[in-house]
Amino acid sequence: MKRYIYINDDETSQDLYCANRLSNRKYTLMNFLPKNLWEQFSRFMNQYFLLIACLQLWSLITPVNPASTWGPLIFIFAVSATKEAWDDYNRYLSDKKANEKEVWVVKQGIKKLIQSQDIRVGNIVWLRENDEVPCDLVLIGTSDPQGVCYVETAALDGETDLKTRLIPAACMGMDFELLHKIKGVIECPGPDKDIRRFDGNLRLLPPFIDNDVCPLTIKNTILQSCYLRNTEWACGVAVYTGNETKLGMTRGIPEPKLTAVDAMIDKLTGAIFVFQIVVVIVLGTAGNVWKDTEARKQWYVLYPQEFPWYELLVIPLRFELLCSIMIPISIKVSLDLVKSLYAKFIDWDYEMIDPETDTPSHATNTAISEDLAQVEYILTDKTGTLTENRMIFRRCCIGGIFYGNETGDALKDVGLLNAITSGSPDVIRFLTVMAVCNTVIPAKSKAGAILYKAQSQDEEALVHAAAQLHMVLVNKNASILEIKFNGSVLQYEILETLEFTSDRKRMSVVVKDCHSGNISLLSKGADEAILPYAHAGQQTRTFVEAVEQYSQLGLRTLCLAWREVEEDEYQEWSLMFKEASSTLIDREWRIAEVCQRLEHDLKVLGVTAIEDRLQDGVPETIETLRKAGINFWMLTGDKQNTAIQIALSCNFISPEPKGQLLSIDGKTEDEVCRSLERVLLTMRITTSEPKDVAFVVDGWALEIALKHYRKAFTELAILSRTAICCRVTPSQKAQLVELLKSCDYRTLAIGDGGNDVRMIQKADIGVGISGREGLQAARAADYSIGKFRFLKRLILVHGRYSYNRTAFLSQYSFYKSLLICFIQIFFSFISGLSGTSLFNSVSLMAYNVFYTSIPVLVSTIDKDLSEGTVMQHPQILFYCQAGRLLNPSTFAGWFGRSLFHAIVAFVISIHVYAYEKSEMEEVSMVALSGCIWLQAFVVALETK
Amino acid sequence: MEVEGGNTSANDAVARKIPIQSRRAKVFYQFTQQNLPACKPVLTPSWIVTTFLLMGVIFIPIGLVTLRTSHSVIEIVERYDTECIPEKFRGNKVSYIKDSTILKNCSLYLKVPKHMKAPIYIYYQLDNYYQNHRRYVKSRNDQQLLHGLKSNDTSSCQPEDSSNGLPIVPCGLIAWSLFNDTFKFIRESSELVVNRKNIAWKSDRNHKFGKQVYPFNFQNGTFIGGGSLDPSVPLSDQEDLIVWMRTAALPSFRKMYGRIEEDLDADDVIAVHLMNNYNTYSFGGKKKLVLSTSSWLGGKNDFLGVAYVFVGSSSIIISLVFMLLHVKNPRGEGECL
Repeated sequence: MKRYIYINDDETSQDLYCANRLSNRKYTLMNFLPKNLWEQFSRFMNQYFLLIACLQLWSLITPVNPASTWGPLIFIFAVSATKEAWDDYNRYLSDKKANEKEVWVVKQGIKKLIQSQDIRVGNIVWLRENDEVPCDLVLIGTSDPQGVCYVETAALDGETDLKTRLIPAACMGMDFELLHKIKGVIECPGPDKDIRRFDGNLRLLPPFIDNDVCPLTIKNTILQSCYLRNTEWACGVAVYTGNETKLGMTRGIPEPKLTAVDAMIDKLTGAIFVFQIVVVIVLGTAGNVWKDTEARKQWYVLYPQEFPWYELLVIPLRFELLCSIMIPISIKVSLDLVKSLYAKFIDWDYEMIDPETDTPSHATNTAISEDLAQVEYILTDKTGTLTENRMIFRRCCIGGIFYGNETGDALKDVGLLNAITSGSPDVIRFLTVMAVCNTVIPAKSKAGAILYKAQSQDEEALVHAAAQLHMVLVNKNASILEIKFNGSVLQYEILETLEFTSDRKRMSVVVKDCHSGNISLLSKGADEAILPYAHAGQQTRTFVEAVEQYSQLGLRTLCLAWREVEEDEYQEWSLMFKEASSTLIDREWRIAEVCQRLEHDLKVLGVTAIEDRLQDGVPETIETLRKAGINFWMLTGDKQNTAIQIALSCNFISPEPKGQLLSIDGKTEDEVCRSLERVLLTMRITTSEPKDVAFVVDGWALEIALKHYRKAFTELAILSRTAICCRVTPSQKAQLVELLKSCDYRTLAIGDGGNDVRMIQKADIGVGISGREGLQAARAADYSIGKFRFLKRLILVHGRYSYNRTAFLSQYSFYKSLLICFIQIFFSFISGLSGTSLFNSVSLMAYNVFYTSIPVLVSTIDKDLSEGTVMQHPQILFYCQAGRLLNPSTFAGWFGRSLFHAIVAFVISIHVYAYEKSEMEEVSMVALSGCIWLQAFVVALETK
Repeated sequence: MEVEGGNTSANDAVARKIPIQSRRAKVFYQFTQQNLPACKPVLTPSWIVTTFLLMGVIFIPIGLVTLRTSHSVIEIVERYDTECIPEKFRGNKVSYIKDSTILKNCSLYLKVPKHMKAPIYIYYQLDNYYQNHRRYVKSRNDQQLLHGLKSNDTSSCQPEDSSNGLPIVPCGLIAWSLFNDTFKFIRESSELVVNRKNIAWKSDRNHKFGKQVYPFNFQNGTFIGGGSLDPSVPLSDQEDLIVWMRTAALPSFRKMYGRIEEDLDADDVIAVHLMNNYNTYSFGGKKKLVLSTSSWLGGKNDFLGVAYVFVGSSSIIISLVFMLLHVKNPRGEGECL
């Protein structure tokens, strides 16, 4: 659906689109009660308890005071409703604050200060430096004569660098006054949530006629919640407002994750429910029979001769109410409570604070701690997760000569320094490409030092290295770029930037030397994206070898290339590029195609090698967790060789002959199929041998395998404990998580960048590393940690303890309820199956609320084994993974235990006290204290 | 025992980094780091064997003492409901007991087997009588028992809440079915004094049954249940009623009738003159008269002693079995994990 936005037009399009009113609220004042109740009652447990509570209102059948159920029920409802209300109120407050913020908007040609919520699509919004952007805007003017402004997008994507935004060509050079009266139409797609894309068109209306459709990209927009920086003022046309902004569309409540333990508890609750129904039917029938045969003879009970139609139901319903305590009403609340305590323990843990940035770990999702102990597969990203994502330029190969091979640091290589001073043209050009072909923004700090703000860590490393080699990027001013080399200043005009995309795997700039006027194309990119486009005469063998050699060392490589472009060729191409940039459909693809036309016959200059160091403790963490029976898959966008090298260096796979790496490759379906079958065959054979077999697959083959040979690939996934998937896209990462989940494995995905978000959200547990690629992953994740090595502690210590404690607590809750319920059932056998309750309401309530729920809280800080023991013997985790502490058989054990304890308590309290002389109240008190002692004994015995 | 209180040196390093001012802060720190000191018993085989052995050694003597005490209590139990029906009515007991015109006196002769020391408690025992039936248990009104006619809501007493349009005090099935057999004890032609005061709980007399509440409209209905009450005596002094209103937990129960405050010698013969008024025939219940002495442990009850001896001896057996297993296949320290 397309949008046509009339700029500065107050009449039309006023009501077509929503106003800029933010609303994240779930409820309003009016619908809170019904909506919240409805939500709570959509849970089966709550429906059950409500039914019980309603039945208790019928005094004929209720064994105890209805307050004993209504009290806890209302309390539980009130607690969760209050929590919801509080959250919603906070959301309302933050919405209100955003909505009532005052902004300058042009209305009827006059600049006015209005509330942010009154902004309409088509209004012109003025922003000053450090203002927050109230809605999605298309830039039309800035204070900068070149039409550039800078924005900080941290709130949107977590990236902390400044991004440049440009005003569209059509609005270039318009002055302040004119901007107030500007009229025009913006054509753009309907709201979506892609924060990296905006394909629109701008056409100005008379008198601003330009006759030209001016293309708009994401570069011409400033999005909601960004901040304007380093720019005095900027103004733009509101295109998306309110909840239709890009940010608003990405918001959404992710579906709640259900842990394996929760699922098991639900199952067991179901089983208990069935058991309860059986008990009710049996006892109810027996009670009716007894009533008709015996009770009628008992004159003192005075059964009426005639009875109403529901008479037959009365006794079964009484038993239903007696047995309703079998399912503990408090289990959900107490589990929620202890789970949030586990989460707090994670937040509090001093040993999981990142020493470099002082960021503590954080559990965003408080409900899934015990799942951590049941993880079977960990899918990890490479860059930034296993490695530090701190790039350092280490080696290079220029024109066939290797630099930095001896010292391991090209910056100190004497040969290279000599080549620079002697002015070798290849080397100079190489450095120029390093310094020019990027999107880095140099910013001068107050002290005069130059700081580089870069989106890509690689680019930053290259520019830094170039600066150290005397090629300093000094200033970037709109399209003019200044470089200081050996004291002289070189100026380049950037004509076009051919941006990096993950499909093209390269970026280029077209620059014009301001001195000579020569136009040249500078490119950098992955080897397979550059080397095939080298000009016919050039030998690329040495570069291929260099790439090979560097990636063997685990370095990231980039190839640099350049070529001269004739003026005519550029002009011709430029038109095509402009046309491609203003298409609305498949723009990315069209641009890529046009770029291809310029990026050929390149002269390859050399190869750079950048090191990305492993984080501390990564090999140990992987080894420990692997001992704990967890399988690792590495999913990376990097190339195969680098991935394998990193994998080797961090214990991910073992080198030959202990390990074996099988590779699945191929470009066509047949090739992939054959290679897949071969790998599968080897895998089947070697499963018996004690050999670490891993497979490696690249994105292309993976695509084919997932599409056509899903079954075979699934089998492979089950057989293989280790896998490396390289060159995979974010959606493929998510697909792999899905695949493992569909095989009923518990998966944990860990990553740090925006490309990991989808996999993190899909996995049973998502862990984000709050790293240098921004906070996007950490925000989407259930847990955020500072370093990969904390994963060990998170799983082995926190996960394991949480699992043990939850397993105990949930089964104990059933145990204590069953205990008291069994005693009631036994008592009914000696009270003529009439449904008399042995215990009165007060003792029942006290038992549930006070005696049994408080002592057991001790178990939330219980540790069965010390942390050190668990860390040294990670095999202990097998127990949790297999779910050995909470499954039907352990539950049967607890069931038997409660039955046994009930028999003991009942027999003793009947016989020991006074037998025939015993009165009901006495027996009830003795039995109750018996229960309390027994359960306290159980708690003491089970906590270690 | 292994005492664990914050391990690793890393913790110390952190502890140094974060200055701990007070004890409370330290405890909070330990809590947040899950490092509270804990005491953990290590269940070694010898430890377990010792525990069981100790349990046995303590429990068996306790059981034997209890058993002995229980045996020292002398109890005479005599069932009288079948004997007290004249021959000609044996075929139709129910019509006999329901016929209010017949005077239902009856005599029993009890022989004292051993010397019985005063006080001797007199109980009546009913078997197969469900005082714990739901309809029965619920059919009372504690407010009315305390405040009398001032409390109006007697709906819980149904179906015995009112008769002839007037409320009943005390209302409900329990009071309505009051036990009304009476006993007289004669030894060698002189009547034994039976003390019928203080047979109910003191708290019941003082706080549960009103001193100003007199029976009203009681047993005036068409269908008369059990005994009637003297309308001139307040409820707090109607101790038979108070005893009866404390419902029994089991379908066979004893209730106190009174106390004989003289010793009875061995081979004394006691004649009991009783009025067999109460109907247990319609539902096959039994009525028994019980005379019992008491010990420091209360009445006769072998169960407690037997249970102690049983638990004690089984734990000794278990400990022996464990000991044998341990001697046969000893387990090294390291295998504990």
